[in-house]
Amino acid sequence: MNRVRFAVAALALVAACGQPSTPSSGPAGTTLTVFAAASLQPAFDKIGAKLLSAQNIATTFSYAGTQTLTTQLTQGAPADVFASADVAHMTTIQSAGLLHSQSVLFAHNRLEIAVAKGNPKGIHTLGDLARSGLVLVLADPSVPAGKYAAQALAKAGVTVHPASLEQQVTGVLSKVALGEADAGIVYVSDIVTSGQVDGVVIPDNQNVIADYPIAVLKSAQNQTGAIAFVDFVLGTEGQSILTAAGFQGV
Amino acid sequence: MAGSTVTLEASVRVRRDGFTLDVELTAAADETVAVLGPNGAGKTTLLRALAGLDEMEGRVVLDGEVLDDSARGVYVPAERRRAGLVFQDHVLFPHLSAVENVAFGLRAQGRPHAAAIARRWLNEAGLGDRADALPRALSGGQAQRVALLRALATEPKLLLLDEPLSSLDVSIRAEVRRELSRQLASFHGVRLLVTHDPLEAMALADKLVVLEHGLVVQSGTPLDVTARPRSRFVADLAGVNLLRGRAYGDHVALPAEALLAAVDAGSGDVFAVVHPRAVALYRSRPDGTPRNVWRGQVDTVDLEGERVRVRVVGPVPLVAEVTRAAVLELGLIAGASVWMAVKATEVSVYPA
Amino acid sequence: MKRTRVPPAIGLLAGLGLLLFLLPLAGLIIRAPWNQALGELTDPTTTTALGLSIFCSLTATAIALVLGIPLAMILARTTGTLRNILRALTTLPMVLPPVVGGVALLLAFGRRGIAGSLLYQAFGIQIPFTTAAAVMAETFVAMPFLVIAVEAGLRSLDHRYEEAARSLGAGYWRIFTRVTLPLLRPAIFSGAVLCWARALGEFGATITFAGNFPGRTQTVPIAVYLALETKPEAAITLSLILLVVSVAILVGMRDRWLGAL
Repeated sequence: MNRVRFAVAALALVAACGQPSTPSSGPAGTTLTVFAAASLQPAFDKIGAKLLSAQNIATTFSYAGTQTLTTQLTQGAPADVFASADVAHMTTIQSAGLLHSQSVLFAHNRLEIAVAKGNPKGIHTLGDLARSGLVLVLADPSVPAGKYAAQALAKAGVTVHPASLEQQVTGVLSKVALGEADAGIVYVSDIVTSGQVDGVVIPDNQNVIADYPIAVLKSAQNQTGAIAFVDFVLGTEGQSILTAAGFQGV
Repeated sequence: MAGSTVTLEASVRVRRDGFTLDVELTAAADETVAVLGPNGAGKTTLLRALAGLDEMEGRVVLDGEVLDDSARGVYVPAERRRAGLVFQDHVLFPHLSAVENVAFGLRAQGRPHAAAIARRWLNEAGLGDRADALPRALSGGQAQRVALLRALATEPKLLLLDEPLSSLDVSIRAEVRRELSRQLASFHGVRLLVTHDPLEAMALADKLVVLEHGLVVQSGTPLDVTARPRSRFVADLAGVNLLRGRAYGDHVALPAEALLAAVDAGSGDVFAVVHPRAVALYRSRPDGTPRNVWRGQVDTVDLEGERVRVRVVGPVPLVAEVTRAAVLELGLIAGASVWMAVKATEVSVYPA
Repeated sequence: MKRTRVPPAIGLLAGLGLLLFLLPLAGLIIRAPWNQALGELTDPTTTTALGLSIFCSLTATAIALVLGIPLAMILARTTGTLRNILRALTTLPMVLPPVVGGVALLLAFGRRGIAGSLLYQAFGIQIPFTTAAAVMAETFVAMPFLVIAVEAGLRSLDHRYEEAARSLGAGYWRIFTRVTLPLLRPAIFSGAVLCWARALGEFGATITFAGNFPGRTQTVPIAVYLALETKPEAAITLSLILLVVSVAILVGMRDRWLGAL
């Protein structure tokens, strides 16, 4: 059974390499393209399904590290909506003149330490992550999650020696889930929706609050749909889906 | 190794793709045995089996050592037989110089000063100035000679040569053959060469073994073999007409109900040999003593200087050797109808 | 000069193909930040990544030679179904998407992998996230190039050289080292160069199996990928450096070592 879970986690790793998820079907001409930070995948997939059944809007999601999506957008990739894991990257998009309207914060996230089920290595604090012999994986500093993790570690005054710096936070999660890493710093939402890892809480005085902004892009082919998507995310149903996934609402 | 008593006794059977080779032969030291046969006769198969490169059934004993005995499961691999092999187109190692090629076997034997010994071999053969050349810089004849030296340098007990001259230009063949003959004479082990070229065989062999379709058809000294050919191949080799039939004392019954008058023909299955020189040609039926007179049609006319070979087809197909003048006088061209006559005393008959 | 007429259609298609290669390279050269290039060249991230890439790719090539030549020899001697199976196995990494290769390596050599778990439990050896993992990933994707080239070379070798050597009393190892290997030199060299080039450019399997950490597993392709999102000029400069190094070695090696005997 362990092998099967392991294999599934491995396949998830492949899927997490920035591949767009399959589009939900709908009437032609209403398919929405949403670029969203990797940590949003479980919540946004649900939101996409709701939108389809309730408002008949079909959505295609492209999940990746926020920095990857930002580069793609500035290079001209077509999308309708952008949901970022930090304000800095949204600012980059704004400065590039790609926004249709002002971005809005739609969720917050906090960091949590991901460990194998049962916490076999007995990790309880950020300080434990500096233990020698521990295989720690973080997101690359260019990824919002990585930047936040560095901030948290600095707050806690801990110096760590990560084995790898992943391209997106879900990569960190996968490595822990696969058993290749003993621990990683991910978002609370990642642990809530994963089910394959356990979490170790980071106390508030060391933790970082991640701000997630969302915006409609100027290049949106489907502006009405885009606005509807953003409205849904900010609305009651969208917010409850996000909180169920481990985020904090606005 | 002068006066050595090394001998080869071989009984080789190879079955492959519908072809069967079944040969028994012996060869003594200081004797060149030439296995002669048309292409496809199995000559190379025989050679490779003796060299230990291909599978065979039977028994091979060289100088008292059993190299192969399929009945008892004895098999000495090629690299442990003291059998030198010379290929048709030298197969010198292209990345090694001539002296390095010749030294190769010596090094494999662990002989010290291998390069110096190799150089000596080359010098003695008059190839000293080519010692450091790569095979591609050597002429065909030089390369083949180096290949021979490479095999001889390891002082094998048995020397196997696979059509050693056939890949050479006709113009240099004679010269290389003379070299080869000289070199072979000074090698005192067993020498076995295979060839399809009768000239090569006749010039080099002390003993001739004729191989056709995997079987030995004839063996003996070159003279014996050609004096009494037992197959078309050998007859062509000897340049004589070979006929086969049933003898009845004073004549031989040939196929196509023709009769060949002969003297002391004996009885039973026989070969009858008629030398082309003994065949006379006429434009009309001759009147005279010859008992053997037949009609025929000219097939081909081969000029060989002043002597012309005229091939005649008919109930008794023969090749006649006449003068060029006669050809012109009689107007012998392909398709012309002729009469042939052979004196009974010119017919040589022997048991088949 | 030979007087042959090439049909215009062929010329046109060939020209398009050439453009496909030339334009991207031209883009790289033209858009390069030449005035910043020198600074980038001496940047520690650049030099570290370059040094690591060269080390890993050369090591991967060395391993490919030691394991690949014997593998090619076995392949060249087998026939029939067995050969087809072996051939398929050894060329699989060539057609497998590199990331899939990386996942496969994890499943085999990761801490929970079929072989990796044994190594971890018995000796505490962990392969992922190490330089060794980067080397393994590169070897995995690049070795087939060497195997194919050497196998082709072996099959085209006249087997009579081996027979001549045997008749001269040479045993297996003497034949292998003094006859077969020297005659295989062109095939080995061209195979090794292809292998090395593929190893140098490997990304997907490396980042999946070995991860990303500067100085340990961050090879040039990974560094370029990262830099593209944060500092594009660095990415372009790094790409150019790799291009120049590759071209230099390919051109320098071509005639001298690949020339047929």
